[in-house]
Amino acid sequence: MEFFQGFLNMSGASFAQHMVNGISLGSLYALIAIGYTMVYGILLMINFAHGDIVMMACYFAYFGITIFHVPWYFTFIGVIVATALLGAVIERMAYRPLRDAPKNSVLISAIGASFLLENLANYLFSGRPMSFPDIPLLSQNIAVGSIKIQAISLVIPVITVISLLALLHIVNHTKTGMAMRAVSKDYEIARVMGINIDNIISMTFIIGSALAAIGAIMWGIRYPGITPYLGVMPGLKCFIAAVIGGIGNIKGAVLGGFILGLGEILIVAFFPELSGYRDAFAFIVLIIILFYRPTGILGERTTEKV
Amino acid sequence: MSVLLVSALAVGVLTGCGGTKKDAEKSDVIKIGVFLPLTGDNAAGGELELRGIKLANKLHPEVLGKKVELVVADNKSDKAEAASVAARLIERDKVKVILGSYGSSLSMAAGNIVKTSKVPAIGTSCTNPQVTANNDYYFRACFIDPFQGTVMANYAFKNGARKVAIIQEVSNDYAVGLAKFFKDAFVKLAGPDSVIEVANYQTGDKDFSAILTNIKAMNPDAIFAPGNFTESALLIKQARQLGITAPFLGGDTWETQEFISVGGADVEGVAFSTAFDREKATTAEAKKFLDEYVKEYKGEPSALSALAYDAYLIAIDGIKRANSTDSVKIRDAIATTKDMEGVTGKTTLDKNGDPIKGAVIKTVKDGKFKYIDFVDVK
Amino acid sequence: MKNKRDLILSAILLIVLFCVSWFVNGELDSYVRRIVNLCLIYAIIGLSMNVTNGFTGQFSLGQAGFMAIGAYTVGIFTVPVELRANVFYAVPMNPLIAGIQMPVWLALIVGGLLAALVAFLIGTPVLRLRGDYLAIATLGFSEIIRICITNASSFTNGALGIKDIPPLNDVRYIFVVTAITFAFIAALINSSYGRAFKAIREDEIAAEAMGINLYKHKCLAFMISAFFAGIGGGLYGALLGTVDPKNFLFTLTYNFLLIIVLGGMGSITGSMLGAVIVTAGLEYLRIFDEPLEIFGTMIPLFRPGLRMVMFSALLMACVLFWRHGIMGTREITWSKLIAFCKNPLGFFKRKGASQ
Repeated sequence: MEFFQGFLNMSGASFAQHMVNGISLGSLYALIAIGYTMVYGILLMINFAHGDIVMMACYFAYFGITIFHVPWYFTFIGVIVATALLGAVIERMAYRPLRDAPKNSVLISAIGASFLLENLANYLFSGRPMSFPDIPLLSQNIAVGSIKIQAISLVIPVITVISLLALLHIVNHTKTGMAMRAVSKDYEIARVMGINIDNIISMTFIIGSALAAIGAIMWGIRYPGITPYLGVMPGLKCFIAAVIGGIGNIKGAVLGGFILGLGEILIVAFFPELSGYRDAFAFIVLIIILFYRPTGILGERTTEKV
Repeated sequence: MSVLLVSALAVGVLTGCGGTKKDAEKSDVIKIGVFLPLTGDNAAGGELELRGIKLANKLHPEVLGKKVELVVADNKSDKAEAASVAARLIERDKVKVILGSYGSSLSMAAGNIVKTSKVPAIGTSCTNPQVTANNDYYFRACFIDPFQGTVMANYAFKNGARKVAIIQEVSNDYAVGLAKFFKDAFVKLAGPDSVIEVANYQTGDKDFSAILTNIKAMNPDAIFAPGNFTESALLIKQARQLGITAPFLGGDTWETQEFISVGGADVEGVAFSTAFDREKATTAEAKKFLDEYVKEYKGEPSALSALAYDAYLIAIDGIKRANSTDSVKIRDAIATTKDMEGVTGKTTLDKNGDPIKGAVIKTVKDGKFKYIDFVDVK
Repeated sequence: MKNKRDLILSAILLIVLFCVSWFVNGELDSYVRRIVNLCLIYAIIGLSMNVTNGFTGQFSLGQAGFMAIGAYTVGIFTVPVELRANVFYAVPMNPLIAGIQMPVWLALIVGGLLAALVAFLIGTPVLRLRGDYLAIATLGFSEIIRICITNASSFTNGALGIKDIPPLNDVRYIFVVTAITFAFIAALINSSYGRAFKAIREDEIAAEAMGINLYKHKCLAFMISAFFAGIGGGLYGALLGTVDPKNFLFTLTYNFLLIIVLGGMGSITGSMLGAVIVTAGLEYLRIFDEPLEIFGTMIPLFRPGLRMVMFSALLMACVLFWRHGIMGTREITWSKLIAFCKNPLGFFKRKGASQ
C-alpha cells in the first residue's frame, strides 16, 4: 500500500504543478521529435545524429553569446543557420554515398556520425560542462497561484505549435513539400519524374536541422548545462516520441512528445520510488507500442516494419 | 575450419612485444605516475587535480638528489581504461608511485594492479572507503565518505534541521555512498523518521521537476543532494524556480567553477563539505601553494588541487624517508606517514591508509566560494 | 578427406597457439597480457554480435546489456562470502543469494545462460521488427537492463558496483574459452542452422518460402549471441576485478560495432582480426592523447580526446569506403592457405568463384 502513497496523497496544487511540468517537458520533446520524424518520413532512416545536432547547436549558441558577445537575437538566427548547414553537411558526407547501399550500412553510418559528433565536441570543447547563456527575459519565473512556471515554458509550446503549422504548410501546400511527399512515397518514381532527389533530401535535412536548432535553443534555456553527451538521451527519447505518434507523421510526433513528457513526469510524481527507473519508462513504452501498434497512434503507413 | 587465431594472436603478441619502450631506466630520475580522468564525465575534476600535481612538481622537483618526472595518463573516466592505464604506467613507464584518481570507482579498478605489482598508489580525492580497505598498497590524501556524511549531518542538525530529504544521483557510487552515511548519521541524531524522502536521479538527467514537486509538498527543513556538480547545479536551479526555499547541502564535488557558472544566483547559500580553504590554510606549505596557484592559474584553487598537491607531497615524503627507489620500501614508508606538513594541514595516515584530518564547510556567496566552518576529527 | 585434413591442421594450430598463450602468460609483462586478454574477450563478444548482425542480418545493438548480465553474474557469485558484507556496505546483499558462491567457470556458464534467457524473453516482441526498429528496440533493452542493475541495490549493489572479484588474467584460460567459442560458432555456421541464418540474411521471404521458420531461427541466433556475449562479459568482469553499471552504457556496443564492421560482418576470422586491430589500435592511438613535441615545438592538436575522434572517424571511413571490412563474408580456410603457399602470386589472380 505504501507504494501507492504518492498517488493517494497528492494535493491539487502539486498535481497542477506536475501537469505544468509535464506539458513543459512534453512540448520540448515534441519540438525535437518533429525534426526526427521529418527525416524519417522522407528517407526512411533514423538519423541517430539528430540528438547530437541539437548538442552542437547548443555549443554554437554558447560560443555566439558567451564568447563572441553577439546579442542573443542575432546569435539565435546564426545558430539556426549554422546548424542547418551542419545537417546538410552530415547528409552529404555520411548518408548520400550510401543511398544505394543496404539499409544496415546507413544505420551504421548514422551511429558513426553520432559517435563522431560526440567525440568531436568532447575533444574541441572538453568534457567540462558549460553554461548555456542566460536570457533573463525568458528564464524569469512566473507564478500563477501556487504554481511556478518559467517564462520559457510558456514560449516552448507556442513555438512548437508554430513550427508544426509551418511545417504542415510547407509539406502540404508548397511544391517542395509535394516533392518531399513524392520522394517519401516512392523514391525511384520520383526520380524518374524529374524531381531532383539530392536537393530535396538536402532540403529535408536542412529543415530538420533548423528545427533541431530551435529545439536546442529552447532546451538550453530550460536546462542550461551543456555537455558533449547532452543529445544522447533526448535523441533517443524524441525518436521514441516520434514512434509513439506514428513515425513519419508530423502531428504524431507532437502528440508523441507530449505523451512521453507527461508520462515521464506523472510516473515519478505518482510513484516516487520509481524515480530511478524513469528513463526505462520511455523504452518500455516503445516496446509496447512496437508490439501492439507499430504504426503509432496516428500512423497510417501500410509498408510493414513488422 | 576457419579459425584464424594464428595470425591474429601472433600479430597481437608481436605488436605487444615490439612496442616495448627501449627507454632504459635512467638512474637520476624518479618517475611518478599520474592517472586521472582527463576526458569523459570526470574531466573537470581530473584537470583540477593535474594542476595541483604539476604545481607540486614545480615547487618540489627533486627528491633524494634525483629529478622527479611525472608521467601523466588519461583514464578517460572509464574503469577498463583505468586498469589498462595503471598497468601501463607500472610496466612500461616503470613508475615508482602512482597518484590518482579522481573518482573512487576508477581508483578501485586499479586497486588490484597496484597490489599485485607492489607499487604504492595515493588517491587524490576518491572518498569511497572501499578504495583503501583491504588494499595495503592504496593510500589517499582526502577524508572518506563516512566522515564526510557525518559532518554534513551534524551541520544540518546543528542548524536546526529535523526533517531532511535526500536527492541522490543513484548511478553515481560517490553520491550513493555519501547519501547512506549522511542518512545513518542524521537518523542517529534526529530520530528514525527524520529522513522523509530519498529520491533518485540518473547521471545526465536534466529534468528534476517531478521529484522536486513531490519534495516541495513534503516541506523538508533541508535537502541533502550529493551528486556531480552539473546535475546538482541544475537541480538546485529548478528547485528555486519551483519555489523551494529549503537550504541545499552537498559534498566536495560541488567545489568547481562550473557549479557557480551553471547554477548562477540560485546556488547562493548552499553548504558543502570539502578539504581545503584559504582561511584554514595555516601551514607554510599552504601559503606557498596558494601563491603559486594564483600566479600560475589566476583564480582560487579548489580543494581538488590542494589534495592532489598533498598526494604528491606524501609520495615525495615517503620516498625520502624510505631512502630508496624500491617501491615496496616506499610503500612501507608512506604507511608510516605522520604529521607530514601539507597544504590541507598536517597529514597522518591511519592503518587503512586514510588520513586523519578534518573537513571544511563552505558556502556560495556573491558568486564565490566562502568558508563557513571547520569540523575536526574527534 | 579434406575435412579430416582440415580438422587435423586446426587441432595442431590450436595446440601451437595454446603454447603461445602459455608463453605470453609466463614471460611477458602484465600490460601486454592485459591487452592480449582484452583482445580475446573482445573477439568473443565481437563474434557474438556477428552471429546476429553479420550472419543473420538482424541489426541488434544489445550486446552491452548481455555483457552486463554475464559480468554481474560472475561478480555477484564469485566474490568470496566473507568479503561480501564489506562490498555491499550501503544496502546489504539480498539474503537469497548472499551465501551462494561459485567457481568462475560455473558463474560464466550461468551468466551466459541467464543472458540467453533474457534474450529469449526480449526476442519474442522484438524480433518481429526489422532494421532500424530492431536496432532501437535492442538498444532500449540494453539500457533497461543497465537501469535495472543500477537500481536493484540489494542484488547488484547499484551504482556502487561489485568489488573484490577474484581476478582472472590467465591468458591460457581465456584463450581456451575463446577457442571453444570460435570452434562452436564455426561449427554452427557450417551446419544447417548456419545456412538458415545466412538465408534469412539474404532474403527473408525466400527463406520462409523454403520452409525456414523465421522466428525460431532468429530467436536461436539471438540467444546464442546473447549467451556468448554473457560469457564475454563475465570474463570482462573477472579481468577487471570490479564491475559497475557505468561500464555497460550502450556506447560500449559501439566498440563491437566497429570491430565487426572493420573485420567484416559475416566473417568469423574477421571478428578476430577486427578485435585485435581495434583493441591493440586503441592502445597505440594513445599517443594521440598525449602532447606531441617535434623538434621542441608543441603540436597543438594533440590533447586528450583526439584518440576517440580518430576512432569514430575510422568507423565512419570504414562504413563509407570499405563497407565489407577486411574480410567481408569470406573466411580464411585451410584450402586457401595451402593454395596460397603453393602458388603465392597466382592466388590473387584467380578469377571466378572463390571459396
